[in-house]
Amino acid sequence: MKFGILVNEGPYQHQASDSAYLFCKAALAKGHEVYRVFFYHDGVGNSTRLTEPPQDDRNIVQRWSKLAEEHGVDLVVCVAAALRRGIKDDNLAPGFRISGLGQLVEAGIQAERLVVFGD
Amino acid sequence: MPEGGSTAKKFMFVNRKAPYGTVYALESLEVVLISAAFDQDVSVAFLDDGVYQLKKGQQTKGIETKNFSPTYRALEGYDVEKLYVERESLEARGLTEADLLVDVTVLGSRELGQLMDEQDVVLSC
Repeated sequence: MKFGILVNEGPYQHQASDSAYLFCKAALAKGHEVYRVFFYHDGVGNSTRLTEPPQDDRNIVQRWSKLAEEHGVDLVVCVAAALRRGIKDDNLAPGFRISGLGQLVEAGIQAERLVVFGD
Repeated sequence: MPEGGSTAKKFMFVNRKAPYGTVYALESLEVVLISAAFDQDVSVAFLDDGVYQLKKGQQTKGIETKNFSPTYRALEGYDVEKLYVERESLEARGLTEADLLVDVTVLGSRELGQLMDEQDVVLSC
């Protein structure tokens, strides 16, 4: 199965990003494909490398970067939502790229299932 | 599910939140507008507090926020003409179709649920 993923909430405040990450891990482990993860609304907050959680907590941003590095997952951040919230190429974590909303619609067209994680 | 990319997919955008207070409604409308450029079969549903997004006479000056409700009237120009509103959500809020700023199809929750079931992609917030 080819999955598209939409993350609509920021890290730590909301479980959506954790659930999306764990879903991706489980899907990849079962041999499925994750075509793209798209970050929208406060979900763009998952992409800033300025994030520094306490040592004893999970590092949500680095976890996404690692997923991109190990599995080649395409992590796309909406440009308009990102700029509104102070996220640009200067502070983008590895593995993420900034692009337009067309990438979300295209993921909906290309993937067999688009799974939304949000409120 | 369309094969070979020749047939459009059925996209439904589900709006459940009030137009102001959070940015969900405004940013979701952006996705609807973009999707119109992809020649897909697009519909938009409004339920729960999402029905307030279509309320006539929105005034936002007092909260220093942009009133983006005129954009819903522009959807027709983007060939987004399938707008559905849940009857139960209207009734629970004392609203009728006459309170809304665009022409919509009012459906009961069961019918709306069936319509959702027919979609290829449902984007909800």
